[in-house]
Amino acid sequence: MSIIRYEQTQGKSLGFYTLIAGLGAFILAALGSVYFMEHNGHHVTGMSNRIVWGLPHVFALFLIVAASGALNIASIASVFNKKIYKPLSRLSGLVALALLAGGLMVLVLDLGRPDRLIVAMTEYNFNSIFAWNIILYNGFFVIVGVYLWMMFERRMNKYSRKVGIAAFTWRLILTTGTGSIFGFLVARQAYDAVIMAPMFVIMSFAFGLAFFVLVLMASYKWTQRPLGDAIVNRLSNLLGVFVAAVLYFVAVYHLGNLYLAENAGVESFILMDGGIYTQLFWYGQIVLGGVVPLALLYSPATKGNRSMLGLASVLIILGGIAQLYVIIIGGQAYPMELFPGKEMLEGYGGIAAYTPTLAELMLGLGGIAVALIAIAYLVKFLPFLPESLADDVADPHHKN
Amino acid sequence: MDKCQTSIQKNKNLSRRDFIKTTATTAGVATIATGITLTTYVNAAGENPVTNEKRWGMLIDTNKLTEVDIDDMVNACQEEQGWGNEAHSTGNQKAGWIKKVKVKDKATDRISNLALMCQHCDQPPCVDVCPTNASMKREDGIVLVDRHLCIGCRYCMMACPYDARSFVHEALTDQKEHMPRGKGTVEACTMCVHKVDKGEKPACVEAVDSDAVIFGDLHDPTSKINQTLKRVQSTQIRADLNLNTGVRYSGI
Repeated sequence: MSIIRYEQTQGKSLGFYTLIAGLGAFILAALGSVYFMEHNGHHVTGMSNRIVWGLPHVFALFLIVAASGALNIASIASVFNKKIYKPLSRLSGLVALALLAGGLMVLVLDLGRPDRLIVAMTEYNFNSIFAWNIILYNGFFVIVGVYLWMMFERRMNKYSRKVGIAAFTWRLILTTGTGSIFGFLVARQAYDAVIMAPMFVIMSFAFGLAFFVLVLMASYKWTQRPLGDAIVNRLSNLLGVFVAAVLYFVAVYHLGNLYLAENAGVESFILMDGGIYTQLFWYGQIVLGGVVPLALLYSPATKGNRSMLGLASVLIILGGIAQLYVIIIGGQAYPMELFPGKEMLEGYGGIAAYTPTLAELMLGLGGIAVALIAIAYLVKFLPFLPESLADDVADPHHKN
Repeated sequence: MDKCQTSIQKNKNLSRRDFIKTTATTAGVATIATGITLTTYVNAAGENPVTNEKRWGMLIDTNKLTEVDIDDMVNACQEEQGWGNEAHSTGNQKAGWIKKVKVKDKATDRISNLALMCQHCDQPPCVDVCPTNASMKREDGIVLVDRHLCIGCRYCMMACPYDARSFVHEALTDQKEHMPRGKGTVEACTMCVHKVDKGEKPACVEAVDSDAVIFGDLHDPTSKINQTLKRVQSTQIRADLNLNTGVRYSGI
């Protein structure tokens, strides 16, 4: 393999500043939304005592899940020793950190008391999977930061594999923790399933890689650097495998639930008669986020076409957001079974209504904008991107 | 200050280090919390420590409890704790520390009415999931939220099997002195801990004339609740979750 040369992007073009301005506008809108929601209280949102986690949580968890998945490329290179992915490792670490920062920003700014963040950092209840997640998120920043240092600093390169293994282990635990936030909720019919932990891990593989592919293709296109098919096609194949794996886990989760009479109600709600949730599940999550991307990635007519890979990645991200919407909001909308065998006439029950407000949407989009702006700026100031990923550089044995 | 001096005199046996530690902590807390009713529960607990010898509980007999009784319970709770007058919150955003629930048996169509509030579990899921220890269970079984530690993450509301908790969706005024509530934090039935610590009964229990609602120490064999629970058949809501609730029901 020829030596990979990393170089900062120029970041002086009109396009760059337009991108920054556009993302900045989204971030400002997010901050304005936060001010509006925190100043007035959550009554100005669609959230309630029944739908306690709304659209901001959908975006926050999507970004956090995608963050750990984005690190996979670096892990494949260092942990599994696949050399072709090595030039992508730095970017992989960066995208992971940026997505996590965006997700955490949304999560924190949707707290009832974001000003008490210090309490969350100093008071830990070690029985709480949520508290563990706080530790895991902070640890992820540290460990991936160190990992990047090992990769950047030539004399530290020899340690990068060891740190890479640690980072890979950490990210698996992290996403297990994120999935367990739901998996450990015994009271709610839609949750309380340990399969949610591995399902979230596999979701992270797909969402994170889709995000990574888009960032990679866009940055190489916009900086006019060569990006060969050897790498792109491998990523495309990998993405397809991950999407298929997500579908598999979703199928097992629902089949498992369907087998239990106690979950028949919530299953028919999500799969059959849940209105928006049913539509989002079938059309958003399964068809647009699963079946169509698989067709685009593997069908002979579209395979190897970068626009189609980009489209598939966008659909996987949208499908992922739909999936989290169904899990988080749909799971809360369906009432808890307080009195099995009895029908609730008054006081509780029924499907809880939720209409997200613009402020909630803007906060969520702001999280994505924060992640993107961080990537755009950091590739300008530090050499994250190889100056060329042409086939002869990335993979000398590649045959056209 | 008087109180502080008295407590110092009482504790003459304190070592110097403990004394400095306590004084410094007290001074620190007093400085930070000027003007705030820091906590309702400290006074009574300080003089008469809460222990697990007692387990406060409630038995609600749905056969005796009328719908009017339940309305009285809800009103008494609102009156005592000062919730329910949120001006901007709508529908499910409004606080609901206790609510009237009506259920119908699917097989027999028998209708039961009951009051549903925090069940004060022995193994409370809300306390397990709370990242900052704001949700807590006192030694005597009363489950509370420390409003100074609550960051408003609402995970406890996700975890509570009884829909018993409310999130304060707006800024509030005219609060009860013993019950500070705050925008952006979570709240629920406190079993009127401020009254119970003074030897009184919760407001909702006092609101019912009959013995449809019995309050007392579940552990005390001489208490009415203990004796009644030994005699009548009772149940816990979602008993399958094995949370060992402090609030029990008979007749459903």
